[in-house]
Amino acid sequence: MSEIVAVDDATFDEHVKTADVPVLVDFWAEWCGPCKMIAPVLEEIAQEQAGKLRILKLNIDDNLDITRRYDVMSIPTLILFKDGQPQARLIGAKPKGQLMAELAAFL
Amino acid sequence: MPDHRQVLIAGSGPAGLTAAIYTARAQLQPVVVEGEPSSTGDQPGGQLMLTTEVENYPGFVEGIMGPDLMSAMRAQALRFGAELVTAKVTRVDLAASPFGVWTGPPDTPEPTYRADTLIVSTGARALMLGVPNEDRLVGHGVSTCATCDGFFFRDHHIAVVGGGDSAMEEAIFLTRFASKVTVVHRRDRLRASRIMQERAFAEPKIEFRWNAQVTAVHGHDKVAGVRLRDTLTGEESDLPVTGLFVAIGHEPNTGIVKGQLDIDGNGYIRTFGGTRTSVDGVFACGDVQDHVYRQAVTAAGSGCMAALDAERWLRDRG
Repeated sequence: MSEIVAVDDATFDEHVKTADVPVLVDFWAEWCGPCKMIAPVLEEIAQEQAGKLRILKLNIDDNLDITRRYDVMSIPTLILFKDGQPQARLIGAKPKGQLMAELAAFL
Repeated sequence: MPDHRQVLIAGSGPAGLTAAIYTARAQLQPVVVEGEPSSTGDQPGGQLMLTTEVENYPGFVEGIMGPDLMSAMRAQALRFGAELVTAKVTRVDLAASPFGVWTGPPDTPEPTYRADTLIVSTGARALMLGVPNEDRLVGHGVSTCATCDGFFFRDHHIAVVGGGDSAMEEAIFLTRFASKVTVVHRRDRLRASRIMQERAFAEPKIEFRWNAQVTAVHGHDKVAGVRLRDTLTGEESDLPVTGLFVAIGHEPNTGIVKGQLDIDGNGYIRTFGGTRTSVDGVFACGDVQDHVYRQAVTAAGSGCMAALDAERWLRDRG
């Protein structure tokens, strides 16, 4: 079963603000090739970091409120939240090693 | 101990995956080092991963989405037993077959693989302008992937830089979202094919700025405009766009073979009589050796040629 939970405009705040671990949100869409490319990488990270990091995904096509709130203008965009506040933003598809290196400081 | 292979394929666009399908069907158990995720054109699946509809790949009457075409080719290669590794080649040693191929740190003494034949299909990646603020604003109005980011420019005025088929394709695609698309081109006529030119000229949302070059991007957190210089008069002006899409051409991904394979005057791998390179046992196919045709179908065709050339080479050495 997938570790990654899909959230939407209505459930986003509840998931991000109440989390007791850092939360990484994957802003993606069906028509985005690079988003598909990193989906399996995120799945691996979610499993390896279980208990230390939670990964959520938000389909930008259906959830414009949250997408606009965080000014997402390119996908894939990954935003790391701690205590409900955005801490880091990773834009574009990247290899796993690079993603982990950029996230390491926050975990 | 390096993993010994008869065939190693570097790159997984249409050229690399076609070479994989052919060599796998020929029972040569190829390993494909497919690349790593990125949003610039050197990722697994190659440049087609950043496109939408491919209308001219034979066999698809209604067209097919670029990423779907690539995932079908990948599945077809896997079906015949090709092994795909999500990594990037970091170094090669082409002194003699079997060639050394590294996928981890390039400074380790032992390569990851030893390959009797190497097929180089590392493709090309999109060029950026290299002007002030461009890098910093990627993802904040500057885009390397129109299909990924067009959605965010609904009712915006955006600029597309370039005069070739890719630029026209992006400009036409972006009219779905943008209120206006200004094509900025440094000459007074397009390089694009006739059909793409006609489509672009017929699109009321597209306007053209001829003889103009982008010299800087404006904006702090987001793109707020671009600086243009008239290539004839030298006069400077500002274009108040909120999005910038760059399609000015490509650069072959030859970094790993530089100094070991002959490169032509344009920077592409030189091939002889098919797909042979200057090193016996090394073959090149797709956009890394072709700056003339650069089509999915020509890349796939040359991938097939490389596979057959490698197969023959292995048989002759028996």
